[in-house]
Amino acid sequence: MSESSNTGAAPVEAMGEIVAGKAPGMRARYMKDRLARWVVWVGGLGVIGALLLIFVYLLSEVAPLFASAEFEPRQSFSVPGDAGARTLFVASEEQAEVGLRVTDRGELVFFDLFDGAVRQTVELPGAGGIASVSQISAEQAELAVQDDAGGVLILRHRYRVSYPDDKRLITPEVEYPYGESPMTLTGTPVRSLVVRDSSDAVLLAAIDQDGSIVLKRNEKTESLFGDAEISEGDVARFAPAVEADALLVDPQAAWLYAIDRSGGHIALYRIVDEPQLIGRYEVGAAVRQASFLAGGISVVLVQDNGEVSQWFPARKETGESYLARVREFALKDKADVTALGSEMRRRTFAVGDADGLVTLFYATSGARVGQHKLLDEPIELLSFNPRANYLLAVGADGHMRGFDVRNEHPEISMSALWGKVWYESYNKPEWLWQSSAATSDFEPKFSLMPLSFGTLKAAFYAMLFAIPLAILGAIFTANFMSAEMRQAVKPTVELMEALPTVILGFLAGLWLAPFIETNLPGVFLTLLLLPLSIPIFGFAWTRLPQSVRLRVPDGWEAAILIPVIVLVVWACFALAKPVEAVLFAGNMQSWMDHTLGIDYDQRNAMVVGVAMGIAVIPTIYSITEDAIFSVPKHLSLGSLALGATRWQTLVRVVMPTASPGIFSAVMIGLGRAVGETMIVLMATGNTAVMDPSPFQGLRTLSANIAVEMPESEVGSTHFRLLFLSGLVLFVFTFLFNTLAEAVRHRLRQKYQTI
Amino acid sequence: MSNTRSTSTHELTVSGRVGVRDYVSSGAPYVWLTASAIAVSIIITVALLALTAVRGIAHFWPADLLEASYVEPGHAPFPVLAEVRSSEEVTVARLINAGIPVSEDQDLYQRLLLKVGNRDIYGADFRYVLDEWMQERSYPEDATVWERVEWGNLHGFLERVTRDGEVIAARDQRWDAYRDVQKRANGLREEIREIEKDRIGAVNYKLERLRLAEKRLQLDGKSRASDAPAFAKIDAERDALKQRYDTLNQERGDLYRELGRDSITVRTIDGDLHEIPLSKLISGWQPNRMNVFQKTGFWLEHFWQFISDDPREANTEGGIFPAIFGTVLMVILMSIFVTPFGILAALYLREYAAQGPVTRAIRIAVNNLAGVPSIVYGMFGLGFFVYFLGGSIDRLFYPEAAPAPVFGTPGLMWSSLTLALLTLPVVIVATEEGLARIPRSIREASLALGATKAETLWRVVLPMSSPAMMTGLILAIARAAGETAPLMLVGVVKLAPNLPIDGNFPFFHFERKFMHLGFHIYDVGFQSPNVEAARPLVYATSFLLVMVIVILNIAAITIRNRLRERYKALEH
Repeated sequence: MSESSNTGAAPVEAMGEIVAGKAPGMRARYMKDRLARWVVWVGGLGVIGALLLIFVYLLSEVAPLFASAEFEPRQSFSVPGDAGARTLFVASEEQAEVGLRVTDRGELVFFDLFDGAVRQTVELPGAGGIASVSQISAEQAELAVQDDAGGVLILRHRYRVSYPDDKRLITPEVEYPYGESPMTLTGTPVRSLVVRDSSDAVLLAAIDQDGSIVLKRNEKTESLFGDAEISEGDVARFAPAVEADALLVDPQAAWLYAIDRSGGHIALYRIVDEPQLIGRYEVGAAVRQASFLAGGISVVLVQDNGEVSQWFPARKETGESYLARVREFALKDKADVTALGSEMRRRTFAVGDADGLVTLFYATSGARVGQHKLLDEPIELLSFNPRANYLLAVGADGHMRGFDVRNEHPEISMSALWGKVWYESYNKPEWLWQSSAATSDFEPKFSLMPLSFGTLKAAFYAMLFAIPLAILGAIFTANFMSAEMRQAVKPTVELMEALPTVILGFLAGLWLAPFIETNLPGVFLTLLLLPLSIPIFGFAWTRLPQSVRLRVPDGWEAAILIPVIVLVVWACFALAKPVEAVLFAGNMQSWMDHTLGIDYDQRNAMVVGVAMGIAVIPTIYSITEDAIFSVPKHLSLGSLALGATRWQTLVRVVMPTASPGIFSAVMIGLGRAVGETMIVLMATGNTAVMDPSPFQGLRTLSANIAVEMPESEVGSTHFRLLFLSGLVLFVFTFLFNTLAEAVRHRLRQKYQTI
Repeated sequence: MSNTRSTSTHELTVSGRVGVRDYVSSGAPYVWLTASAIAVSIIITVALLALTAVRGIAHFWPADLLEASYVEPGHAPFPVLAEVRSSEEVTVARLINAGIPVSEDQDLYQRLLLKVGNRDIYGADFRYVLDEWMQERSYPEDATVWERVEWGNLHGFLERVTRDGEVIAARDQRWDAYRDVQKRANGLREEIREIEKDRIGAVNYKLERLRLAEKRLQLDGKSRASDAPAFAKIDAERDALKQRYDTLNQERGDLYRELGRDSITVRTIDGDLHEIPLSKLISGWQPNRMNVFQKTGFWLEHFWQFISDDPREANTEGGIFPAIFGTVLMVILMSIFVTPFGILAALYLREYAAQGPVTRAIRIAVNNLAGVPSIVYGMFGLGFFVYFLGGSIDRLFYPEAAPAPVFGTPGLMWSSLTLALLTLPVVIVATEEGLARIPRSIREASLALGATKAETLWRVVLPMSSPAMMTGLILAIARAAGETAPLMLVGVVKLAPNLPIDGNFPFFHFERKFMHLGFHIYDVGFQSPNVEAARPLVYATSFLLVMVIVILNIAAITIRNRLRERYKALEH
């Protein structure tokens, strides 16, 4: 056809060359012709381009997920403020403009992160020397400073943002929430001071001179205006199970880790009431650095043998707690680690070594997300700003250098997406999808497994319902049905395809699901009796007097069956209640639960299977019917002429010939079932469980997109991950459909040659 | 072809009585099974349509009010005045499980679902009761149902009608008196609505435009000092609007006072008297007194209200007009986008592109795009249209509205564009099919007469293939009208305060969010606080949507068949 238009166009053009220049009317016509050609080309290619754009766009949204971290250095400068003093602590604020350095001479130096110029210097009250600085809370920017005399001062470094003359101005401030006079712990300087500030108490913990652990709980009473009053508590003291030289206490002040760094031992205590030893654990090597990750659940230990390990408390199956060594991170060639810094809201941490090399890891995925040589000297301190887009490194010789870090999506790795991951507060590795929670520092669980599983499970049950009905129905329609009936039946079934899925989903969720729940025995009885009753009816039909049988015209068997099926189904459901009362003690679900241990969920895979099955039946039916109907007639006629029965002809001749067509029908149906959204959204509970049981709910990729997309932050990992699941759906259905199309094309050619 | 064959079930008829073995070996049982498969499919289709139709239609039918005394053993008798919604058999175990003190001697009980109304009194509209505990049943003539502005329906008996605290009708005339004051109240409410929504709405809209205009001036670097006349103009307009607002507000206050004049006293079934101002009532009817014709009239009236009114009470009551309007408008906009581009693409593929492997690959790809899940189109729409295109438009043309987005948020425009993209393959495929059907001889005749290619297309090919395009468009509309998943991402909301077209300049507000029938079904059915009460409404909405789509599809099929008939003659 199209060749005709092409060959047809050629002579006109040739003619145009002859006459175009002569008649002005002709010239206008040829102009129009060229214009039309141009418009169609541009428009047509534009439309096709727009459709291709979908794929390109999805890809462009997904691609950044797999990029690794990048570092962009800012100007290097020597430490701001008193160069002779030792730097105990560095931090930087949200906007990565102002940094803070705390020196051992009791000075807080706020400086510009671009050029190192000192913005402001604050002398700590008391103005003596400082023994140590420890962070209480990164989110609150709260620090505990221990002076030479062993007094503990709590302070917050705050940054006020104002916009004079429409330019951002950041003013650093220091607050003393519990006053400017220090709290005391033992009266003498202690090692490894940890302070935890909760709503009702301030907990001080440290290792004292003789190696025992001291704990002190200062009760806090807060007035209406937020002023806190501290009443000093008693000092508790106990000897740890290891020769501790480092302490860690989690933010909830529930767990205390006493670490023997040189010996490589950890003792875990539960300190909610009296300190209670949970266990003593071997690390396997001496420990260089130990730190909490964001969220304060996981502890990261940098070991002397070049390994980095992650630990957190978990429970055994017996219910007892223990400290689990969760995973290891491989450092390149046994680096001599000198610094460890972790992000405030994500589980990323940076490890710096003596060569000035920094490696970024993401704890949950266990992946190394980036590596960069920051300095030429050993790194002494590493500090992220709260947004984790800036990393400040302090070298051993006192040089400081800041880096803009682009590490948008450390959470994603192949193993995090598809493998079992041991998440914090879980007792074993699992596949989980939980994309958001109330707190900002929670550990997102981005496993696509439960969603993919749910998608395939829904598609599986849908196909289980649809394939037999659609293909058997198509066989009858194409082979045995009378032409008049076929003319009515085919459009009716095809009309079902146009039924909006939102209506199917609504009926499935609000009508079918409760119906099946209360009539479960009836459903099973129907599944059992209906297929049995049909051949029996067929046999009974042969025994009917001929006068009755001949009244039904050839090819109308399906029509006789309609009342029969309605009757059988009705009888099954009418019988079901007494059957349930007698066999299942009146409640089949609780019977299943008690005797078979099967949980029953009202909106389950069975309901989805039926509803989505109904949605895909027309697709499969229509294509299968076409494939069978267009099998060349002489093939089946030949078979019949050789004495085969109708059924033999169908099974041995027609079906094998049409099977590629049926295959492609199933593929297209499967593609539709996989991408269907509204039905699964409405007919399942949308819980991302991985349970193959037909009586359990599920959550599919598509429903997940519909639920979570509107709330997802643009450009976040979660957002891009949803695009990734969309891309997976796109590619999956596109491949299925192309495969089906190719098979059908081959089949059509085959029919032409037969 | 089937006529020329006899089916295997009939083959057996020749030999008379057959044994089981013959029956099985002939393959007839399998044929019966295949027949049952298609029969089941047809039953399912018809049953689905019937279910939505029956439930949807029944919703507006005024059900009789049953008065009875519900005697639960161990409890005081509880009087009910309710509509019977459904009835089912329940096993005794389930009832005991639910904590109902039934005797275990009987295996099955009949359970009724009653709509008792009076949600403000009972806490819920619906109540399950056991049939056999319902005693002293009657259908009192004067039992009345009132539809209220909030709290759902009220069931009870009219005691008296009061005006300004004085009883004006207590006995025989009270029903007529009530009808009169109800009519008056509804008229007043309509006036108030007109003032609030149309006139005050217009004032607010203009005030907002003035605010944006002022901000725009400031963004352009103008200040009150440097460009006093421009600002003065804005101030003058604003003052005028504020004055107008005050007048309207006063008018509204007067109407509200008028509306508060009348009230009625209703006796509920438990004997309590409730005084209810007419401002809280929408309509009242006495179903037990109505005959079939009155009920039919009632049905028509309420069905009309359903499709012409705004929703109330979190969409669980009232009408669905904004959803119908939104759906129709979105579909129209989509058709405007999809038709020219779909036809252009089809023309390119069929008439202009060289028919090589590349074109074939494009054709397959376009075909397959029809099978890509709609939610993927929704994601694309959200990311590309809304955030990228819309965000850019906002930055370029609406800097004064920042940080509130204008086009950079889901809306009608992006919804119709997304659905246009979604339905493009349908239109392209259908149009291509139509182009392919036009016999070569006709084109050649046109070309031979000296027409250019464009003229041949425009005068001969396109008119002849227009029914195919029409089919494609109708199929696209049918698909778009029912598609919900992508719209949830790019523009529908459960309740849109304003229609996308109204009397405020520039009249078309395609950036606005809109309501949609499909989403309405999802939202009311699954997100509403009172699903049981909303369910009939969802059936009615579904019924409407199914009707629209079935009609569109039948139209498409009819056009397609006619088209085929028409060109059969031309093919040789």
